[in-house]
Amino acid sequence: MRKVTLVLSDGTKFHGQSFGHESPVAGEVVFNTAMTGYPESLTDPSYAGQMLVMTYPLVGNYGVPPHTCGENGMAQYMESDRIHVAALIVGDYSEAYSHWNATESLGEWLKREKVTGITGIDTRELTKVLREHGVMMGKILFDDDPDSIPEATYEGVNFVEQVSCREILRYNVGAGKRVVLVDCGVKNNIIRCLVSRGVEVVRVPWDYDFNTLEFDGLFLANGPGNPDTCVKTVEHIRQFLQPEENRPCMGICMGNQLLSKAAGARVYKLKYGHRSHNQPVRKVGTNLCFVTTQNHGYAVDSTTLPADWEPLYVNMNDGSNEGVRHKTKPWFSAQFHPEACSGPVDTESMFDEFVNLLKQQ
Amino acid sequence: MEIKKVLLLGSGALKIGEAGEFDYSGSQALKALKEEGIRTVLINPNIATVQTSEGVADSIYFLPVTPFFVEKVIEKERPDGIMLAFGGQTALNCGVELYKSGVLEKYGVQVLGTPVQAIMDTEDRELFVRKLDEIHVKTISSEACSDIESARRAAAQLGYPVILRAAYALGGLGSGFCDDEAQLLKLAEKAFSFSPQVLVEKSLKGWKEIEYEVVRDRFDNCITVCNMENFDPLGIHTGESIVIAPSQTLSNAEFHKLRELAIRIVRHVGIVGECNVQYALDPASEDYRVIEVNARLSRSSALASKATGYPLAFVAAKLGLGYGLFDLKNSVTKTTTAFFEPALDYVVCKIPRWDLGKFRGVDRELGSSMKSVGEVMAIGRTFEEVIQKGLRMIGQGMHGFVDNKELRIDNVDAALREPTDKRIFVIEKALQQGYTIDQIHELTKIDKWFLMKLQNIHLTDCRLHQVKSIEELDLELLRKAKVQGFTDFQIARALGMEQHADIEQASMKVRAWRKQHGIVPAVKQIDTLAAEYPAMTNYLYLTYSGVAHDIAYENDGRSVVVLGSGAYRIGSSVEFDWCGVQALGTIRSQGYRSVMINFNPETVSTDYDMCDRLYFDELTFERVLDILDLEQPYGVIVSTGGQIPNNLAMRLDEQHVPILGTQAKYIDNAEDREKFSAMLGRIGVDQPEWSALTSMEDINAFIDRVGFPVLVRPSYVLSGAAMNVCSNREELERFLKLAANVSKKHPVVVSSFLQHAKEVEMDAVARDGEIIAYAISEHIEFAGVHSGDATIQFPPQKLYVETARRIKKISKQIAHELHISGPFNIQFLARENDIKVIECNLRASRSFPFVSKVLKINLIELATRVMLGLPVEKPAKSLFDLDYVGIKASQFSFNRLQKADPVLGVDMASTGEVGCLGLDSRTALLKSMLAVGHRIPRRNILLSTGDGKRKAEMLSAARMLTDHGYCLFATGGTSRYLTENGIPNTMVFWPGEEGHPQALDMLHRKEIDMVVNVPKNLSSGELTNGYKIRRAAIDLNIPLITNARLASAFIYAFCTVRLEGLEIISWQEY
Repeated sequence: MRKVTLVLSDGTKFHGQSFGHESPVAGEVVFNTAMTGYPESLTDPSYAGQMLVMTYPLVGNYGVPPHTCGENGMAQYMESDRIHVAALIVGDYSEAYSHWNATESLGEWLKREKVTGITGIDTRELTKVLREHGVMMGKILFDDDPDSIPEATYEGVNFVEQVSCREILRYNVGAGKRVVLVDCGVKNNIIRCLVSRGVEVVRVPWDYDFNTLEFDGLFLANGPGNPDTCVKTVEHIRQFLQPEENRPCMGICMGNQLLSKAAGARVYKLKYGHRSHNQPVRKVGTNLCFVTTQNHGYAVDSTTLPADWEPLYVNMNDGSNEGVRHKTKPWFSAQFHPEACSGPVDTESMFDEFVNLLKQQ
Repeated sequence: MEIKKVLLLGSGALKIGEAGEFDYSGSQALKALKEEGIRTVLINPNIATVQTSEGVADSIYFLPVTPFFVEKVIEKERPDGIMLAFGGQTALNCGVELYKSGVLEKYGVQVLGTPVQAIMDTEDRELFVRKLDEIHVKTISSEACSDIESARRAAAQLGYPVILRAAYALGGLGSGFCDDEAQLLKLAEKAFSFSPQVLVEKSLKGWKEIEYEVVRDRFDNCITVCNMENFDPLGIHTGESIVIAPSQTLSNAEFHKLRELAIRIVRHVGIVGECNVQYALDPASEDYRVIEVNARLSRSSALASKATGYPLAFVAAKLGLGYGLFDLKNSVTKTTTAFFEPALDYVVCKIPRWDLGKFRGVDRELGSSMKSVGEVMAIGRTFEEVIQKGLRMIGQGMHGFVDNKELRIDNVDAALREPTDKRIFVIEKALQQGYTIDQIHELTKIDKWFLMKLQNIHLTDCRLHQVKSIEELDLELLRKAKVQGFTDFQIARALGMEQHADIEQASMKVRAWRKQHGIVPAVKQIDTLAAEYPAMTNYLYLTYSGVAHDIAYENDGRSVVVLGSGAYRIGSSVEFDWCGVQALGTIRSQGYRSVMINFNPETVSTDYDMCDRLYFDELTFERVLDILDLEQPYGVIVSTGGQIPNNLAMRLDEQHVPILGTQAKYIDNAEDREKFSAMLGRIGVDQPEWSALTSMEDINAFIDRVGFPVLVRPSYVLSGAAMNVCSNREELERFLKLAANVSKKHPVVVSSFLQHAKEVEMDAVARDGEIIAYAISEHIEFAGVHSGDATIQFPPQKLYVETARRIKKISKQIAHELHISGPFNIQFLARENDIKVIECNLRASRSFPFVSKVLKINLIELATRVMLGLPVEKPAKSLFDLDYVGIKASQFSFNRLQKADPVLGVDMASTGEVGCLGLDSRTALLKSMLAVGHRIPRRNILLSTGDGKRKAEMLSAARMLTDHGYCLFATGGTSRYLTENGIPNTMVFWPGEEGHPQALDMLHRKEIDMVVNVPKNLSSGELTNGYKIRRAAIDLNIPLITNARLASAFIYAFCTVRLEGLEIISWQEY
């Protein structure tokens, strides 16, 4: 295995070995503390432009599931059609894998999709550096090719544009209530969760003016990068949020941020984000708590919500916003991922709530 | 209702299946209650535990955890609430009985935490299956069939393979696996010949076994704290399996499917607190079955607590009081909430510790019942690292997965297929012999991922073996070996360095070499959130997969390192944990930084809030030095953790480690038989004559001089017990042939064995050779029963004053001679006033917590102060001032050890102990015997009381029994002896003898309430016959006593003391 060095923008270096595609790469370095679910994470479009550090050291154990598609044309075991992370950084990559549903090793997959993967990194120490400093840009350099220095930027780049669908896609056509899903980088399982509840999904590009379509409910999906780059989407949402509008709207992750921005709230960047399967949230004003999956670097500033909006969930660790809702309209969103994949499925009932609201129409 | 006073039930003596983990859970629960200002009452006869120490509970009752005694305590204490989930199955069963009999309602005692109905729903198999059916969760269902045709139909429906079990047939008679219909028909025919009913079950052999630990509060909020995967597939009890946390081979979909099911179950059952859900998972699909649900803290939950840093028992206790998880804080970060699921950034491996070698005749095959006596937990950042660490930690002479002593296996295939305590080493053997991963997987059904990881270790070892010397060793390979958990010892051995130097020196050379090249371990924190938030606790481990330490070292010389006691095993268990915890407390209170090194997940000493820094890591010389290099301590305490730290003393001293208390060379003087003997001779103290002999002629010559019986201790044990008493030449020859190789290299120590002598123990603390405090206690059994198995009374009740004085004098001389500073223990033999020293340990002994608590003087606190060089005053109180008696009785786990002979000898066999107090020795004895599972017999007692001397010893007890209306049944010789002495009895016949009634039949018909069987000696016929009676008593759950003196004392106690008349007094009130 070729030797590599990860260099952070503050100069900190970590040495390891390459096990994926062998090319230098740069990106924003973020960590995720989940202990399972690497096929799902790697294909999550929200990771576009980021180099993903797994804090759990043993990665690759159960290989990679087949890249088969289900009847609706979506990958069965992945969250999108390809790997979105810029690079994967792990402690102890396992080339040997064992699982009934595996067809290749993680390293083979990374190589096929030309994604850099490095192992032998003290990911705990790296995480502590990121925690103390905040997320940073980083570069993976190959020690035997020190002159190939990759360049990349994260701030200000519209990653949503890169990962969103280019044209309208329809699922479960004619099934019943029709939901417009704004694809800022949607995970397949959001679509699966809607389809399995018997609704038709119309997936539109991030900048598509969905207000021109006929639909019963609006769904705002997750996506990568800074929500401030999605000016057009926010515009369209704002047009939807009219006083006379009563159709339900639900948002997830970036969808939460875009909905809040459309309502008038501000969004800020977290020091090192929430990326894990164990984020505790509490439904505001209740004793109901949920373990959630999260993957976001930005958060809604609850104090900037207008008077007719209120926080719906709050993070029990750092008090940050985990969802908002309109005080009278059926509009709500979650900063976490009720669709899980990967992670705990405790909040999947939010989809039931949304579909029930649709059916009440 | 406001809860002001809570009763907590402990689990009693440590036994197989119920061990130290409940000291941990009870201690945490009591801590949680105390924090709320609630008065706590604890019932637990296990006097060696931390939970029964001063300041942990407000009132402590050293009484049996049985409905009778618990009701008495409730009547007296009138608690508002009771907690049943912290004392294992013992507490749970007792609680359910009290609930059913209406006692809890009668006294208005509220069950805190999981309601009793929920407990019953999970304990009763039928209710459980029905309950889970309601929420569409699959269980392992069995179909009861009464003819072959219905069995065939049931099997077809369940899908092959199936398992057939003949109902109502003991010992698995007529049971087996069937892969297809032909096999089923054949087996069913056989099964129906044993039993009118046959159960057909889906066979899940080879399925993965997965566990989840779930917490729920009364607001219905749930978290799963940890999941765990068994290395060994289904078929081996989870307590017997190597376990990895978190799961390694589960995809996200599988992980979260099982997690969701666990939460669904826990909500439906209505758990409030903690619960464990066990699954079988198909290795070839996402199909699953729920195996069982434990509605209480369990061994797995203790492991999960230690594996994650999430204090499960503490949180469960708070939830029982009505808190929500959102009310509580994460006790590691102190800032984030307790409502979260720990993220691990390391891997944890649990390995059971067996002691099967201690039991004569025991079945070594592992299966669905538990036999292990303890466990270890290894933490690291690669699987290879943790498995190698763990295999060293179990302390059975192994250096890791590779580079061990050659294992002789006749049939590797069979040894892989039929799991025993040695199977993992058979895998290494198989890899050496060129077995493929697929072959090993076929035979073991262990997931290939685990096997491939083991192969990595094997391959690295092969590469090391090709290197000629340390200088030629590639540094990358050296680093890789360390990352894979190789010790310096293993590396030295693989490089063949033993050929040129002593292995210890060779290991030190590897150490020096790697340090010179900067290959040293990093210290990491267990922080519950994988570094997402800073941790405020110092729960640490060392790993070679790291580039930086998580903590900064002060180098202020204020650290005091206490070496822990390692895995619980026969001879070393919770008592040393108590000693360690007391030492830590004292160190802390004196302003030093208390540091613990230990790796036993069942202990309180490995709770990260018991000390300032906890290294959950190995107690190998190498790892201890690694830690000491970083800590640069003020000193190290080696005398509170039993034999493991004691054995490290000399080597640590050679490395100039400051050992606190008695200096290493004196420890060596006591440990080394020759040196110790010479010293006793010098100061004129007598000891049983002994000699280390290397040939049969020498042994015979020695015995000609001292006479039989003799105690024989081989230095190299082939199989079976390590030492034995031999009463004649035949026995001697048989034992030596069976157990030992006598040779120049492996001498046998033979000592003269004093019969009918009392055994007396001195536990004491000295400072600079002067005794500060001491406790003399007396065994009820005569010498010949291992001190760990003996029943001990303190203060001594039948010791001549003269004997006590002489013992004190000798102890003073020895303390002076060995310059003892700290705890020590001396064992004596006393016949008339003739005193001999058997053994001397310059460390705390097993009986330190017992005598400390009875005396109410904490000898370890005193000893620690001495070792820290702090001023101590001699306590004003002496053992002669006590107006009560403490009796320590031993707990045996023979019922778990199939086929083992439940007879006691010079090698220890008990797994735990209790200590009960009484106003006289009869009441104390009665309580402690009841606490270890004896019952007062109703009517019929079976006696076979050994040789003439023993028979005479039992005579007055037998008379007392008939006087009190008991019916005696006796085997031939005993019956004649009783009749000759005018004691009415019915003669019964041994197995193999003609005539009626047959002793075994009476046992099987449950006509006997108690068996007293005293073996005459070790002659073969006697052993076989007596063995059958003893084993039957154990298997049929009939109380058995095999010692005449103990039997007499117990009989005297229950004949003269009424159960109703036993005083119910808390420890504090004595």
